Amino acid sequence: MKHRSLARLGAALALVGLAAGCSGEAAVTDGKVGANTPAYGDTLIEASIGNVSSLIPNITSDQASREVGSFMYSGLVTVGRDLEIVPELAKSWAFSKDCLTLDFKLHDSVRWHDGAPFTANDVVFTWETTVNPKTPSPYRSDFQDVERVEALDPYTVRVTYKRPYAKALLSWGLSILPRHLLERFVKEGKLKDAPQNWSAPVGTGPYRFKEMKSGEKVVVVANQDYFKGRPNISRIVYRIIPSQATIFLELKARGVDIASLTALQYKRQTEYPAFQKNYNKFRYPGTGYTYLGFNLKDPRFADRRVRLAFAHAINKKELLDGVVLGLGREATGPFRPGTWADNPNVKGIPYDPKKAVALLAEAGWTTRNDQGLLVKDGRPFTFELLTNQGNDERKKIAEIVQASLRDLGIGVEIRILEWAALLKEHVKKRSFDAMILGWGTGADPDQYVVWHSSQTGPDELNHISYKNREVDALLEAGRASCVQADRTRFYHRLHEVLAEDQPLVFLYWRDVMPAVSGRVFGIDPGPAGIRWNRDEWFVPKYLQRYTAG
Amino acid sequence: MLAYAFRRLLLAVPLLIGITFVSFVVIHLAPGDPAEMQTGDLSAEAKRAYEQLKTEFGLDKPLYVQYWNWLTRLIRLDLGRSFAPHGRPVLTMIGERLPITLLLNIVEMLIIVALAVPIGVLSATRQYSTFDKVTTIFVFVGFATPDFWLALLLMILFGIQLGWLPISGLRSMNWEYMSFWQQQWDFLSHLLLPILVATFGGLAGFSRYMRQSMLEVIRQDYIQSARAKGLAERVVVGKHALRNALLPIVTILGLSLPGLIGGSVIVEWIFAIPGMGQLMVQAAFERDYPVLMGNLVIVSALTLCANLAADLAYSFVDPRIRVSRRRR
Repeated sequence: MKHRSLARLGAALALVGLAAGCSGEAAVTDGKVGANTPAYGDTLIEASIGNVSSLIPNITSDQASREVGSFMYSGLVTVGRDLEIVPELAKSWAFSKDCLTLDFKLHDSVRWHDGAPFTANDVVFTWETTVNPKTPSPYRSDFQDVERVEALDPYTVRVTYKRPYAKALLSWGLSILPRHLLERFVKEGKLKDAPQNWSAPVGTGPYRFKEMKSGEKVVVVANQDYFKGRPNISRIVYRIIPSQATIFLELKARGVDIASLTALQYKRQTEYPAFQKNYNKFRYPGTGYTYLGFNLKDPRFADRRVRLAFAHAINKKELLDGVVLGLGREATGPFRPGTWADNPNVKGIPYDPKKAVALLAEAGWTTRNDQGLLVKDGRPFTFELLTNQGNDERKKIAEIVQASLRDLGIGVEIRILEWAALLKEHVKKRSFDAMILGWGTGADPDQYVVWHSSQTGPDELNHISYKNREVDALLEAGRASCVQADRTRFYHRLHEVLAEDQPLVFLYWRDVMPAVSGRVFGIDPGPAGIRWNRDEWFVPKYLQRYTAG
Repeated sequence: MLAYAFRRLLLAVPLLIGITFVSFVVIHLAPGDPAEMQTGDLSAEAKRAYEQLKTEFGLDKPLYVQYWNWLTRLIRLDLGRSFAPHGRPVLTMIGERLPITLLLNIVEMLIIVALAVPIGVLSATRQYSTFDKVTTIFVFVGFATPDFWLALLLMILFGIQLGWLPISGLRSMNWEYMSFWQQQWDFLSHLLLPILVATFGGLAGFSRYMRQSMLEVIRQDYIQSARAKGLAERVVVGKHALRNALLPIVTILGLSLPGLIGGSVIVEWIFAIPGMGQLMVQAAFERDYPVLMGNLVIVSALTLCANLAADLAYSFVDPRIRVSRRRR
């Protein structure tokens, strides 16, 4: 339930609790991506554990609905292989110098699935719908700084902002909705009642709706008139299979063409010839990182040397091996590896227990008591380490941290709490010493809400109460600019500052490991995952399995 | 007899209301609510969206008001609409899911009865024979085997190793392109494993009841007299004993009726069958109160009816009960 990120293209940060989406650096491909000739046809069978809750993605926040929506709808922009913003319904765009107006030039030959032409009017309507208080949209906050949206002519849209908003462009990845079908429902505040919400969705996307069987499957077929050219795979069946174990068995029996693997499945249960013959396995860093966070109001942790000592004391390589069988990579900061905001020059903090001891000594932790614990001002260094129940990874990390710090003379008591209780009683009230949690990241690197010193209120996300002037300034500059080169500079510096300061110990990015049927060609994994070029995937004629189309 | 039935029916109404009230309160006591499930729980913006959804769902009103609204709608047979973003009527959702669950469970029930009665009779008449011992072991193994584990083993064996049967779902992906008979076989083959798993577990209880009931009956004097009369053993067991031994089974069968609708959650879950059980679990995860309550009210109404029907059937088939009631 906690696995939701905020927007189709990702809002600032997904909520705590790692969202296992797909994106990251293309690093390892176990597959053999060959050069067969593209062909049209065949069916791709996907599996999801979650139910589809609506066919208008603008009013849903669950992953299944978002994925199904992405087949049928398009936004003005979308993200490419390296999470860069690329045109979709918009041919091009331009910001004014002050970043306050954004003009989109739209494709002029796009038609809705029902044949009606797509125009700037639909874009204006989609914005009106999203900000309409009667629409239950989780994306409204993306548009709170928008002053107005106007259609200058049928194929030009002008968006005016009250203040510069860094995610402005990305927020227009929002699915555009058809005015001619939905306007009367939106006016009455009854968008949920529209037939488009359940039985007859109409979009401009690469696939058209064919049928949906509640709790069983959604079937979409290639849109022959798709403005970017029809997709190669002619039919997609999105099956709902609630049990993870069943999905894996279906994969083994070739009943499902694409599914995510767990570390154990990736390493141990799929390493046999028949599986390798039928599937390609991919691996790239996911959207979230796991960290060891401190309550910086605690004077012990407010001392940078103590935090740094912790970072030196934890052997991240060993931790990765022990926790995710090595299927992840060390985190050096909060930006997804391989994306433009990530600063490749920032190095991780090496495992160095001697340095850790020295740093602690420097901070005044020199004497030990008879239990072997470090003592300062008569009080031994012990603290409570919290994490949430039902996440085995985090429990193991807690144990490793406990063992590593014990060697330094620091006593750690692990407490595992139910999620809601952890959040309400400890995280929100800031009553914790340290905790192991994760952050999910969106397509835009803005992390104002997590690191800025103004965001430390009970409902706000700077849980660790981090305050750093330079960080504040960089965050403000980063979100106020619409020029990517400038933003890159700000975020690279931010990455450096955070790595030096270690407000929390960045542990690792867990890898995402999908397996895709070997008959599918054209997959090119990148920081955005594998799905970014889904419409170009193809199955060569001689390998096609389903004649249906 | 009719008056009795009528009185029982009247009594069932306050009972049903009581059941729904308790369920309503308990469901709302569970931590988290549907608005929270849909908005997440950290940012200020999420909080605004949360308040808005709460108002939309009527969750901001006191619990008794919410219950009263729900109850007054129920009288008009309106179960309300789901809280999920699709907001569909609960009745439609249940209508979609009910047929497959009914089909599965009725078939399962028929098979169980068809197997359990002969097994029970045979083990009773040949008590402590090898057959009795073997079936006892078999039946207890069945009773002790977790559904999901057996299901996974069967999936691996028949779905992957042998490749004879499909693993999950109801239809193959190319179903629309099959001939009529292929379609029938395809559908049937998808149901074989779920039915097997569900039957295996249910068989145990039923055959034990049957055995017990039969054991009691064949020790009765009238069975002795039937034997003394010189009737063939086949007639003694098949006619005189069986009829009486089946009486308690009628009650148990009556009580299993609501189970036909409630569905077997685990079997539906693991085999990805979109039935009532799955709907219920999903609704529980999402705190979709109207769907949960709709399900509950149907199942509890059915339980009450089944209870009544079993009682009536009982007095119908067993003269002793009729007589004692008349005396009172």
